[in-house]
Amino acid sequence: MIVKFTKTHEWIAVDDDEGVVGITEYAQKELGEIVYVEMREIGETVEKGEEIGVIESVKAASDVYAPVSGEIVEVNEELEEDPEMINRDAMGDGWLLKIRLSNPDELEELLSEEEYEKLTEEG
Amino acid sequence: MEEGKKTRLYERHIEFGGSIINFNGYLLPVRYTSIIEEHLAVRNAVGVFDVSHMGEFIIEGGESPAFIDWLITNRASDIPIGKVVYSPMCLETGGIVDDLLCYRIDDNKYMLVVNAANTEKDRKWIREHLKWNINFTDITDDITLIAVQGPKSRDVLRKLTNIDLENLKYYWFTTGKVAGEDILVSRTGYTGELGYELYIRSENDALKIYDAVMDAGSEYNIKPVGLGARDTLRLEKKMCLYGNDIDETTTPLEAGIGWTVKLDKDFIGREVLLKQKKEGVKRILVGFKMLGRGIPRHGYDIYIAGKKAGYVTSGTHSPSLNEPIGLGYVPIENSGIGSEIEISIRDKRVNAEIVETPFI
Repeated sequence: MIVKFTKTHEWIAVDDDEGVVGITEYAQKELGEIVYVEMREIGETVEKGEEIGVIESVKAASDVYAPVSGEIVEVNEELEEDPEMINRDAMGDGWLLKIRLSNPDELEELLSEEEYEKLTEEG
Repeated sequence: MEEGKKTRLYERHIEFGGSIINFNGYLLPVRYTSIIEEHLAVRNAVGVFDVSHMGEFIIEGGESPAFIDWLITNRASDIPIGKVVYSPMCLETGGIVDDLLCYRIDDNKYMLVVNAANTEKDRKWIREHLKWNINFTDITDDITLIAVQGPKSRDVLRKLTNIDLENLKYYWFTTGKVAGEDILVSRTGYTGELGYELYIRSENDALKIYDAVMDAGSEYNIKPVGLGARDTLRLEKKMCLYGNDIDETTTPLEAGIGWTVKLDKDFIGREVLLKQKKEGVKRILVGFKMLGRGIPRHGYDIYIAGKKAGYVTSGTHSPSLNEPIGLGYVPIENSGIGSEIEISIRDKRVNAEIVETPFI
């Protein structure tokens, strides 16, 4: 499994041609309590960098972007009832959706964990 | 690192882990730990806000009482010393320049407390309209303003002062020693809870007072509260926020604060407001709750019967109710409690229902 990060604070964990997508620990801390999550629907195809959903804190709505291109094959339904799961476990149970990658080469353009950490440290 | 003015309490915001933003030129915390926690602390116990960004003006001398009555829509000429009134200040068009608190300091002396976003605009507006030998002074930079709000706020302050807080009624103020410093204490706030605001001049030690309040409040789990919770607290009580719910394009009658407009005296904007009162307003600010999923936000459109009919002025997830709430303008004929409206959220229209306000 490979885990990669985006400059817009998403992570993707890829196994074969399927990737689990979420927002990073850094992003959930910045947002504060998440009170609403709305993701695009299963079966939709998305391009890398396209908006795949929105996460709302008390204060504001923030877009989430597709780390890679592909088809949405699963959405984390539990977040509808319990959006704060993202605050509790952003990198685990607080995952947002799964994408079947249409162009795995795109992963090379994403950040490694080390590169991402450096980015967030620089602020 | 954000740039901006630091209040005299800035070091505490950092110490308590505040997420600092530039708010109208001031470096202030949007939250320390969590907006919901801070919100609930104020509703259930007590919280402390640094609201030093607010502007303060002194109007004195000349015919100050008559001048104030002409400047603002509410009447301040007949209030006793020690009383506060809330009032819009209007343009000739009836649109709102700002909403403010007016303190009667002396027979011929008032303090106006205005929104940080409008301090410069208001200063200019008032100066342009000065007459009758009034002296105008902007004392914003001299004042540190601490709000202590929540059902336990009196118990906290009681430990620090001999001021008779029990007999200090809502929208009255007095002066006295708090934590050994001579300050002005008013029973006002922007949360809808029991609460006090402490006006501290620069010759007094604001940090000392702040620390004493935090200390005295520790038995009630007092919390420092940021701008995020300040917004959700006022919104649940339908207190207007300038720039969101009211502005130069809306009138006090439309905003549902017609009680602050005294049409039996002369003031700037009276003619238009008198006409509007006689003819009736065409739209009005209402509160609504969502029937479908989504959180309403400032600027979203409101649809009624398939047509764009208004807009959302404020919206959030209400921490007390644990559900989304919003305020917005709708046509008067569609403004009844229970009326169904639609909020345009991103590319969807989501059902909502007009409800009684305040929300709690």
